Amino acid sequence: MSGGDLREIRSSDDVVRVRQEVRARAQALGFSLVDQTKIVTAASELARNALDYGGGGTVRLTELRNGGRSGLRLEFEDQGPGIADVEQALRDGFTTGRGLGLGLGGARRLSNEFELVSQPGRGTRVTITRWK
Amino acid sequence: MPDTQTAARLIAQEEAAIVSEWLRLQEVDGGLGSGRVSSAELRVQCERFLSLLRRGLAEGAEAVQDPAFTELRDVLRELSRSRAIQGFTPTETATFIFALKEAMFRTLQQDADAAWALTRLLDGFGLYTFEAYQRAREEVIARQQREISELSTPVVKLWDGVLALPLIGTLDSERTQVVMENLLQNIVDLNAEIAIIDITGVPTVDTLVAQHLLKTIAAARLMGADCIISGIRPQIAQTMVHLGVDLNVVTKASLADAFALALRRVGQSVGRAAPVARPGA
Repeated sequence: MSGGDLREIRSSDDVVRVRQEVRARAQALGFSLVDQTKIVTAASELARNALDYGGGGTVRLTELRNGGRSGLRLEFEDQGPGIADVEQALRDGFTTGRGLGLGLGGARRLSNEFELVSQPGRGTRVTITRWK
Repeated sequence: MPDTQTAARLIAQEEAAIVSEWLRLQEVDGGLGSGRVSSAELRVQCERFLSLLRRGLAEGAEAVQDPAFTELRDVLRELSRSRAIQGFTPTETATFIFALKEAMFRTLQQDADAAWALTRLLDGFGLYTFEAYQRAREEVIARQQREISELSTPVVKLWDGVLALPLIGTLDSERTQVVMENLLQNIVDLNAEIAIIDITGVPTVDTLVAQHLLKTIAAARLMGADCIISGIRPQIAQTMVHLGVDLNVVTKASLADAFALALRRVGQSVGRAAPVARPGA
């Protein structure tokens, strides 16, 4: 998918920048405070996953206008080791790192639409959408 | 005669003219119209630089790192540094060198080899200026970061045995470490029973922030103090539920609520009293 704006995620400062940009865009789209907080938090989780587990990656931010609805779509992509068992990765409390194991499942619950495509050795792409 | 010495001789012949042309060009391009550097000050800097340059050239120095240019490099570094702190842009700062190139062009037309040697040298000094400018900026940023991380993690004593830790901004791993050390030390020093961690000023509470909070709470508990988390805004509460984070600790919406609970726990209470007239009121 093309369009939208691409941002690099190479350091934890980039994670902060992604959060700030997502917040600014959600505000501009007129998201309520709760919806803003949800998408910002989901973005924070996925950006950090791309950084910590994918060895860095990118996020593409796309503003959606569908009839009367507006939304924000975020596509996180990395070229890391990929996820062998997606079901397991989404289960709360499961982590291969040192985190709480809640980020991926949490991001899914914080979004209206969630898609995860991953193949071992080929990287991971997570797309989330939050509608106003 | 080597090219550099030819250049030195040519400069010496027209030194005063070069300086005035150089100053004129800098006023046009160098952003010096704003009065951040007085023209008298600039004239001194230019004369000093040109005489040091001429002296180095006369000694046959061809490269920026030549020992004959040691003093010149110091002057240039100090100049870039002060411009960086005064808020000049990198272009304005580097114009100091590049305007000189233009000012000397006519003089050096008489000898192509000398002109080439000098052009290369001035390009080198231009880059040197950039680097010095950059380094000065980085020092400023590093100092500000240190100040911010110290400023934003105060531990406040609210009552005997009750501490408050108002957190503000992004809670990354490095800051959490500072916060935790600060809190634990204060728990020991003030013999605190209860620590209130206020997260009103934390814009995003994701699982990493939650994990940092959990670790801080666990460490405080090992030191014999209980934690209360306050400042949980409605949108943060909803988000934390979706994330599935359980802080396993008493939480309150506001610092005032947390303080009231803390007082009850330490067996104190705050009651209403008759207003006391202020002296002079």
